[in-house]
Amino acid sequence: MIGRDLLGIEDLDRAEIERILETAEHMREVGRRVVKKVPTLRGRTIVNLFFEASTRTKASFEIAGKRLSADVVNFSASSSSMKKSESILDTARTLEAMDPDAVVVRHAVAGVPKQIADVLAAPVINAGDGAHEHPTQALLDLLTVKLEKGRIDGLTVAIVGDILHSRVARSNIYAFGKMGAEVRICAPPSMIPAAIETLGVKAFTSLREAIDGVDVVMALRIQNERLSGTYLPSVREYSATYGIDREKLKFAKDDAIVMHPGPVNRGVELSHDLTDHRPSVILDQVRNGVAIRMAVLYLLSGRRQEGEPKLELETGEEK
Amino acid sequence: MSEQRIWIRGGRILDPAAERDEPGDMLIEGGVIAAIGAQLDVRDAEAIDARGAWIAPGFVDLHTHLREPGQEYKEDIASGGRSAVAGGFVAVACMANTQPVNDDPAMTDYIIDRGKQESPARVYPIAAATHGLEGAVMTEMSALVDAGAVAFSDDGKTIMDAGVMRRVLEYSRIVGSPVITHGEDRHLVAGGVVNEGPISTRLGLPGNPAVAEEVLIVRDLMLAELTGAHLHIAHVSTKGAVAAIRQARDRGVHVTAEVTPHHLVLTDEAVLGYNTNAKVAPPLRSAADVLACRAGLVDGTIDAIATDHAPHAVHEKDLEFTEAPPGMIGFETAFPVVLDLVRGGELSPLELMRRLSTNPAKIFNLPGGSLAIGAPADVVVLDPEVRWTYDPAKGYSKSRNSPWAGQTLTGRAISTIVAGRLVYDVARGVLFP
Repeated sequence: MIGRDLLGIEDLDRAEIERILETAEHMREVGRRVVKKVPTLRGRTIVNLFFEASTRTKASFEIAGKRLSADVVNFSASSSSMKKSESILDTARTLEAMDPDAVVVRHAVAGVPKQIADVLAAPVINAGDGAHEHPTQALLDLLTVKLEKGRIDGLTVAIVGDILHSRVARSNIYAFGKMGAEVRICAPPSMIPAAIETLGVKAFTSLREAIDGVDVVMALRIQNERLSGTYLPSVREYSATYGIDREKLKFAKDDAIVMHPGPVNRGVELSHDLTDHRPSVILDQVRNGVAIRMAVLYLLSGRRQEGEPKLELETGEEK
Repeated sequence: MSEQRIWIRGGRILDPAAERDEPGDMLIEGGVIAAIGAQLDVRDAEAIDARGAWIAPGFVDLHTHLREPGQEYKEDIASGGRSAVAGGFVAVACMANTQPVNDDPAMTDYIIDRGKQESPARVYPIAAATHGLEGAVMTEMSALVDAGAVAFSDDGKTIMDAGVMRRVLEYSRIVGSPVITHGEDRHLVAGGVVNEGPISTRLGLPGNPAVAEEVLIVRDLMLAELTGAHLHIAHVSTKGAVAAIRQARDRGVHVTAEVTPHHLVLTDEAVLGYNTNAKVAPPLRSAADVLACRAGLVDGTIDAIATDHAPHAVHEKDLEFTEAPPGMIGFETAFPVVLDLVRGGELSPLELMRRLSTNPAKIFNLPGGSLAIGAPADVVVLDPEVRWTYDPAKGYSKSRNSPWAGQTLTGRAISTIVAGRLVYDVARGVLFP
């Protein structure tokens, strides 16, 4: 059983994470059919409330909702409520009056999904908030590693890049840690958050030491505006020091895989070659993202009136 | 103006100015403290039953934002003054960041006038140190002091140009008023909204490091040493800042300092859950910082408790954490909150009263802070045991931004007397004006 909302991996325990992963493995199968639709959430309304530009995550949630036969409504708002002089809580109350069964929230500021969840009766799914969490990304990363390696327990994972500003890093630190993996982070010191070791990770500034003997190398996207200035001197220096290519990857295990939440700055975080070819598994991550989001929507969005919906994996009548 | 005779019966008289802590009655008459003694026999007076309660000089708050003129939707001098007396404060100094800014003698005059007409608490304006709080051109300090300004500060808009701060401190010597510094180096704050540390990392919110405060305070202590001016440090919140002030005092620098109730009891963990009512500048800090602030208040490094009462409307606090304005209201919760230091055995009741009343009055050279016979009767009666649930909607401030909303607190002001007139009574509310 998982809680009402999915705001962060920090709030989940191992059993809850395993339940989501198992459910997602069933959902993966639906995506391989000709008719990629099951009637599980028929008549339910899911709102995608995106305050921050997002193509991939929004599409992934939309496809996930539609494969479960839910009605999915995209509600894009400007990123700052200051600009449109409506508080986020007013937006949330307006939505509440439309009786959604689940609300998926993306916002550039940490904490907004939690603030919205505090006023909504419907479950809230965090689709990424500032540098806080991006729980469905971490879950799809877990699923991808589990499918690749057969397990997560006992693996070593190195997360490389702008940890300071990364919600993907925080969610993955919790996710892999709770599932029994050793998590290392690697970044220039200007991009390592204060007291990061309190999250149970070991921090490295040397890429070579960080990926020495690891099973998984996860590169993070660097935002363009941070590539020069007070965090980093230049793209060239970052790429030379922290960019992953086949040469540097030799320090990892022979069968190590490379992951990236996308979109990749080619030639910066990953070499062109690694972006497109194994051992990178970037498109598998995307594919698994739909399954994870189906699992999360199924587990959370049916509760409002009737409790958990029945998991029906038979294809429904509608197309 | 006041013909009231008030007989406060059977309390514990706490007068830090006279080192007095003993049971007794008080008679107030003609606006002044007329008599203090064991079991006075008084007739034809308004009687206040103070059995089990403390009788102390009314609290003096060196750091408040009353928002008038310009932001009356958050607070005004009337509502702020009423909230103050409901918390036991008889005098409040209000910061200059009104709209327009209090950087002109006419504005200072206006605030004083409004205070006399509208506020049950005495209102003392703090003037801006530089025009428009812009950190460039100093204000006319002599004229502002003549108009009634009691200190100078750009408060939250820290003067980042050390050369300007040096000149402001130097020039302040001709008026002898303190210059107040809000110690936050803007470049080190860099948009930080939560104390930098494990909590900011967990929350994924930009961190505001302790060193941003310490760098600025050390700079200003050195400039105070150079110029010989009186530097007053607002809302000390870090261990390093307390240590720097202690060292400067030992060197003989003319420095005084205040700490807020919230920095004495709350840590950055209060922000978990993204409660914007716990967003404040400087931010709530670590447990080690809280302990250092408490120790600094106990050993005298920090002289006074000041609320930094900073009202903001509900719709402003309902924004994203980074967008919501920093600050919390504080008058009505200050006493029960800081009573924690008495409960913890760190301060005696008498020493707590010294830091709420006697010391702050002395720092800004204000009347009050003592129970001397013949002194203006600015007096508070406090029940240190009463338990009550704080609901900001039922308080006197126009705003509700308190981290203690809905909590059960212990201790409360039960009567507040300003200039010999009973202005607040817990059962009847604010009585005047």
